[in-house]
Amino acid sequence: MFYRETGQFKSSYAADMQIFPIRQDRIALWVVLALAFIGIPLLNAFHIWPFGSEYMLRAILIPFLILSLAAIGLNILTGYCGQLSLGSGAFMAIGAYSAYKFATGVHLPFGLFDLSIPPLPMLPSILLGALMSAVVGILFGIPSLRIKGLYLAVATLAAQFFFDWVFIRVKWFTNYNSSGSVSAPDLNFFGFVVNAPIERYLLCLVFVAIFALLAKNLVRGNIGRQWMATRDMDIAAELMGIRPLYAKLSAFAISSFIMGVAGALWAFVYLGAWEPLAFSIDRSFQILFMVIIGGLGSILGSFLGAAFILVLPILLDQVPHALGVPISVETVSLLVFIITGALICWLLIVEPRGFARLWLTGKEKLRLWPYPY
Amino acid sequence: MRKLTLALTALALGATAMTGPATAQTNEQFIPALVYRTGPYAPNGIPFANGVADYWTLLNERDGGINGVKIVFEECETGYATDKGVECYERLKGKGPTGAAYFSPLSTGITFALTDKVPGDKIPLLTMGYGRSESRNGAVFPWNFIAVGSYWTAADVAIQHIAKELGGFDKLKGKKISLVYHDSPYGKEPIAALEARAKVNGFDFKAIPVTHPGVEQKSQWLAIRQDRPDYVLLWGWGVMNSTSIKEAAAVGFPRDKVIGVWWSGAEPDVTPAGDQSTGYKALMLQHGPGKFAVHADLEKNVVSKGKAAAKEDFAQVLYNRGLINSMIGTEAIRTAMKKYGNKPMTGEQVRWGFENLNLTAARIKELGFEGMLQPLRFSCEDHQGADVARMQQWDGKAWKTISDYYKADEKILAPLVKENAAKYATEKKITARDCSKES
Repeated sequence: MFYRETGQFKSSYAADMQIFPIRQDRIALWVVLALAFIGIPLLNAFHIWPFGSEYMLRAILIPFLILSLAAIGLNILTGYCGQLSLGSGAFMAIGAYSAYKFATGVHLPFGLFDLSIPPLPMLPSILLGALMSAVVGILFGIPSLRIKGLYLAVATLAAQFFFDWVFIRVKWFTNYNSSGSVSAPDLNFFGFVVNAPIERYLLCLVFVAIFALLAKNLVRGNIGRQWMATRDMDIAAELMGIRPLYAKLSAFAISSFIMGVAGALWAFVYLGAWEPLAFSIDRSFQILFMVIIGGLGSILGSFLGAAFILVLPILLDQVPHALGVPISVETVSLLVFIITGALICWLLIVEPRGFARLWLTGKEKLRLWPYPY
Repeated sequence: MRKLTLALTALALGATAMTGPATAQTNEQFIPALVYRTGPYAPNGIPFANGVADYWTLLNERDGGINGVKIVFEECETGYATDKGVECYERLKGKGPTGAAYFSPLSTGITFALTDKVPGDKIPLLTMGYGRSESRNGAVFPWNFIAVGSYWTAADVAIQHIAKELGGFDKLKGKKISLVYHDSPYGKEPIAALEARAKVNGFDFKAIPVTHPGVEQKSQWLAIRQDRPDYVLLWGWGVMNSTSIKEAAAVGFPRDKVIGVWWSGAEPDVTPAGDQSTGYKALMLQHGPGKFAVHADLEKNVVSKGKAAAKEDFAQVLYNRGLINSMIGTEAIRTAMKKYGNKPMTGEQVRWGFENLNLTAARIKELGFEGMLQPLRFSCEDHQGADVARMQQWDGKAWKTISDYYKADEKILAPLVKENAAKYATEKKITARDCSKES
């Protein structure tokens, strides 16, 4: 009834080609953005539950946003270009450690070619860190020109283990810290130090909004169509004139770039101090699950998947305590594992294409409402 | 089916807004507990968490809290993971009428992450026997209290004991000492102190990392068999410890030449390796296992009433450590109450309590901890309070104390603390407090 595009006539190419062709979708998007950018800070300022608490921002919304961004990154590679990757943790780590190095000053003791870069401001550090991640992504993407599917996953797994090792062993990356743990410098953006939870939240939100918009635009343009053609059948794509080298490596580069930004944010904004374990293979799997549960080849799915994988266990963890059920934390955390696992299985049986597909089905039903079939 | 899925998804979204704000009573002191009762480190995490909880229960049952202020506590499962630990910290820090009194994460990784967060939230961090060794410097780390001993203390005492076994410090020259360590900030901490010691005493030091969680260490021990060090120091945690002992046995390395840190010297570390652990030595964070005066109180007030968290781990090494951890924390709250009155304390007031805590031998006896702990006194400069440790040996059935107290060598450690604290201060742009001006 409310969700129907009847009567929405497009009179220009621009109107026909916009990101959200249906007016209700556009309104919904603006409402969500307004809520995220204005609503939540307002609720926070007036301490209105649940957004008034620091916990909501620091422990749920900030990690949710950052992991959504990482999931968008992986979705471009796996969901849109069809290149299975288990190296997300490594690319995030490269983003984080490179940004850390750029922000604290790079010094390469190469004898004659002593290269020194003074500490850079925060924004260039994060972007340069992400660029490093993109470069490494291209390098580890080269095997994708020859190998596919599970074999490629193993090649990216090598990236994961290699960089785990590098950041533990090569002391240069941790500025020779005796314990191998590094601590993020001040989040200074153009003289403004981002510190309060709400500021950190808005910082992440700006990054996520920009990159989500960018990704959404990329995937529906020329390059995105190349990726999808490569994903659906690479031989056919090649015959149609798509260069696999360009299509696959660009997917690796852009995906790693976005994951690099996510990694830098995860380290600088969420953790504050971190060790290589923060970007272990578990992180790679976590992000892959987000993409699979959320829906391969969907930007919205990345957000839904991140919400499911990250937020659901946290909520389940608190339910018994909130209801006053006296069971031990041990049992609760085991129950959380069981319930989350069971839900994932159930969801994948019912809807193998994830939340994004569920969302689409829901939209279809709404269009036909009140007589859906 | 699809309809059901849709409905359930909608329901799940609705349920997101379920967990309501908790109601708080006024005369209660909230103390959070970051625990890990699951995962690869659970065998060690459980007895510690039980000790921590049982001492609080004891205070509530026997004394009605601290000076009449009832203790309420809540556990949050971290699984030893840093990001989960940060989530738990955020969840618990604001609870209770005055917020969290102090945090004890029992994980070096979580300690590192929280060290950056606690100054903003004004909550002290009690890291008894773990965490940043340089946080002993209270001028740079006002919120960290690395009570009883740091990893540098442990490393130094271990070398002192080796020297004693060999018959003097001059005998250390040319000897080979290897460190098998958990490859994380925890395991890397002692390296700086051991390297400093190696320079002074002229022994060959080699660090051999083991990746988390430490169940795979064949190649490390084969390297040790090849290298034939005179002593192996073990800096493991959880399943890594018993695996190390089994591997040492497999390559025929004498167990009495393996010395573990105090986190590698509890019952769950040796019992899985069975007879192979006989002779294995470990440092004591002052105390060992066994029952003391406080245990009689616990049996009377907590265990007999069925309120104890402990089961067979009662009076084990890590359980006792949990008791001491809670005792130091609650005594800090008590000290703070002397200044601020008998009401729930804020984190800031508890910090003052920690800094002015003076556990004399008489007070320790009064609390029932005589024989477990030496006198401990914090000050503005010194957030460690004590730097002594003993050595124990597993005889196949129980831990036996085999040495008297060793005192860590300040000549070697003090410059390290100073240097690293200064480095942290410059990195984080912290101006150190002037301790001579503190009241």
